Amino acid sequence: MAPDFRIADAPFDIGALRERLLSAQAGAFASFEGWVRDNNDGRAVTGLTYEAYVALAEVEGGKIIDEARARFAIVDAACVHRVGRLELGDPAVWVGVSAGHRDAAFAACRWIIDEVKSRVPIWKHEHYAEGGAEWLHPGGEGAGLGDRG
Amino acid sequence: MSVTVLYFASLRDAAGMASEIVDRPASLSQLYAQLRARHGFAMAPDKLRVAVDGAFSGWDATVDDGAEIAFIPPVSGG
Repeated sequence: MAPDFRIADAPFDIGALRERLLSAQAGAFASFEGWVRDNNDGRAVTGLTYEAYVALAEVEGGKIIDEARARFAIVDAACVHRVGRLELGDPAVWVGVSAGHRDAAFAACRWIIDEVKSRVPIWKHEHYAEGGAEWLHPGGEGAGLGDRG
Repeated sequence: MSVTVLYFASLRDAAGMASEIVDRPASLSQLYAQLRARHGFAMAPDKLRVAVDGAFSGWDATVDDGAEIAFIPPVSGG
């Protein structure tokens, strides 16, 4: 059985991920997909490269899913996050939650993606239309050593 | 008596390598200060988390011989 949180170095099958969460106990399913967007912070973006500390990311991501099970009245949850080079429109992250009722499904889905964004060691390298690329380190002033050029 | 340091994202770019083996330091803070001076890391330690042997750790954790240490810059997944 696939782990509840996984780092994927190749495109993932959303249908298969959803199917894994099907349950006779669940009357609701909510999912979130994060896609690669063509702009950020006023700059035109042509693609992204995600990097992860895979071992730690999978441990921390697994904790987030376990915590979601304890915090919300859900049946099951799973999350997959891509690493590697992604093009515009590519799915970067997927979160799915099955639950008895919709309130818990929506709430847990939102909570999981927020926790993943704040805690899991994954980094985004943005490639810009004007040339160059930069690592995003939110709140890490002094980090902005983009490899421009 | 050595440890392995892993670098990610902007720290990897600044160091010019994904990992290196260094002498076992007296503390994690001392190790980051040394590496920051050597590689010119711009990021102050209070912006970083630290992981030892694949788990998040406190900066005051003891550093054993052979440990695998990663300094974790602010994350940006999602």
